[in-house]
Amino acid sequence: MTLATTESAAGRDVRPAKAEPVLRVDDLVVTYYTDLGRARALDNVSFTLAAGQKMGMVGESGSGKSTLALAMMRMIKPPGRIEGGHVWVGGTDLQSLNDEGMRKARLSKIAYIPQGAMNSLNPVMRIGAQMVDAIKSHVRGESRSSIEDRCAHALRSVDLDPSVARMYPHELSGGMKQRVCIAIGILLRPEVIIADEPTSALDVVTQRQVMETIDKVQDDIGAAVILIGHDMGLMAQTMDQVAVMYAGRLVEVATVRDMFTDPKHPYSQALISSLPTLDNRGEFKGIPGLAPSLLRLPSGCAFHPRCPFASERSRTEKPKVHTLPGGRLVACHLYEGEAVTNG
Amino acid sequence: MNFKLIAKRLSFLVLVIWAASTIVFFIPRLSPRNAIRERFAELARSGGFSPGDLEKIIANMNQQFGLDKPLLEQYWSYLGNIVRMDFGYSLNRYPSTVTDIIAQALPWTFFLLLVTTILSFIIGNLLGAVSAWPKAPRWLRSIATPFVLLTGVPPVIMGVLLLFFIGFRLKLLPLGGAYSIGTVPNWSWEFALDLLKHQMLPALALILGSVGGWVLSMRGMGVTIQGEDYVNFAEHKGLTGGRIFRDYYLRNTLLPQVTGLALALGTVVTSAIIVEGIFGLPGLGTVLQNAIKSNDFPTIYGIVLFITIAIAVLMAVLEFIYPLLDPRVRNNQ
Repeated sequence: MTLATTESAAGRDVRPAKAEPVLRVDDLVVTYYTDLGRARALDNVSFTLAAGQKMGMVGESGSGKSTLALAMMRMIKPPGRIEGGHVWVGGTDLQSLNDEGMRKARLSKIAYIPQGAMNSLNPVMRIGAQMVDAIKSHVRGESRSSIEDRCAHALRSVDLDPSVARMYPHELSGGMKQRVCIAIGILLRPEVIIADEPTSALDVVTQRQVMETIDKVQDDIGAAVILIGHDMGLMAQTMDQVAVMYAGRLVEVATVRDMFTDPKHPYSQALISSLPTLDNRGEFKGIPGLAPSLLRLPSGCAFHPRCPFASERSRTEKPKVHTLPGGRLVACHLYEGEAVTNG
Repeated sequence: MNFKLIAKRLSFLVLVIWAASTIVFFIPRLSPRNAIRERFAELARSGGFSPGDLEKIIANMNQQFGLDKPLLEQYWSYLGNIVRMDFGYSLNRYPSTVTDIIAQALPWTFFLLLVTTILSFIIGNLLGAVSAWPKAPRWLRSIATPFVLLTGVPPVIMGVLLLFFIGFRLKLLPLGGAYSIGTVPNWSWEFALDLLKHQMLPALALILGSVGGWVLSMRGMGVTIQGEDYVNFAEHKGLTGGRIFRDYYLRNTLLPQVTGLALALGTVVTSAIIVEGIFGLPGLGTVLQNAIKSNDFPTIYGIVLFITIAIAVLMAVLEFIYPLLDPRVRNNQ
């Protein structure tokens, strides 16, 4: 149902040329300087997202999903460093802001929803206080009652009773805590919301409720949403687009339908074919080999040691991100001929 | 917080005090020394009465103090006295009562300990919190280090060093005593200043020795808390650094430190006894030291029990305060 309604819209908006995107990430590079050497956690990641669009970000652990989220929030801590690139949110380049400007941009322009089921709320403060301080840090001179209205509205929009504001985190269930985190994320109606594995510590029923909540609040405020996670099924049900990351690179971005019916990148293909379907019951295909260490990336395309289509060129030359007809992005030499433009 | 809990806590308090008083009762009695004999033997040596009279006087005094009765009987009457908070007469400073002696000495010790404990708790925890906070300026983070080094210096040495350099060499502060010799205690600013000057070095000795401990435990706690998800999320929420430090970081790091404060109260008293001795302050520590030297057990009982009760009560108070600081404890109780 989601697929049918969004397919055409999504296909159009992926292309950067049309409809001004609310989020544009350009050549974002993040490096961690560890004792063992330099680890490039994000390698020239670029993509765009239009208002009201939902993009799922998948990839193995250590592929750079969370680093991407932190880099967009400019929250990379030493020994990590953002070494290049831009993050444009509604015409503002976050990288060009000073620290105070970035502080104000967080939550009001770009919000981050953590995996909040366990520990993302301060155990010694009431929920309400943790919402009020977020508002007060961004909006000056708002009256007490107006702030309280705002909190109550946010709680109601995630299907929580406003009386939750008087409770402490330990009095809530995991799903309720996750909703509180979402409510905090939408307090200032940001243009972009990044949700970092918001459902991974929850049972499947609560997962679904939380995803529906995200869906609903996104409709309310029309924000672009990036959802980071491992669960392909969840992505297929709720997202418009899926982006696949591998070893710090964005290897493919496509609409959900394209990704699941016709994945282009060999890694995406392997990923999709590893999913259980109704036909291959009981038999799961894995991807041979292991994800490479970021400290010792293979030359050329980082996926070539595990890739069934690897050529001599894959071993030596890093593939460019090609834009294919329909606006999907894929970083693989195989599709050079089909590319509309070379990105 | 309910009635049952308070009752439980209070009965535990009584149990602690009973256990402490029993131990305190028997330990001085293990010594073969007799304070009365020692005192009157000294008087006899300086002349006055014959050795024959001495034995009679001692026997008389022993009877007066009830020391001729069996030990267990003495123990029961001792417990009765404790309930009435009446520790009888000092053997050494007869006819002063132990209660009088405590009342005289207490203010010196109380204010010294109160001020130094609170100051070193505040200073140590702030320095420790700041030293683990990555956004604090480098100079502020390194201030804590010398205090950590000073923790290794025992209060005796610290007191003597301070006396020697600040009191003796630099002559900045008086060498000892509670106030200048020749002044009469009165309610004037002049006297208050004199008092303050005399308290500076002992207080400094106590604070310098204990700040480092708070710094260390606070820094360890701080490193843990700043890695917590809620501190991270606070930054994602775009809160100002000051607010994150105060409401998200400091509030949570302080929780175990309050427990630490309750535990530290016990050791605070011991170091105060030593420091009072060095600086010649007429506080409980000095009185206790003298009482132990002369095996003046009524005074020992009085002071040790007083300190025990004070600490036990303070710990109970801290335990009642804790749920106010940590809402998670409220429901579990």
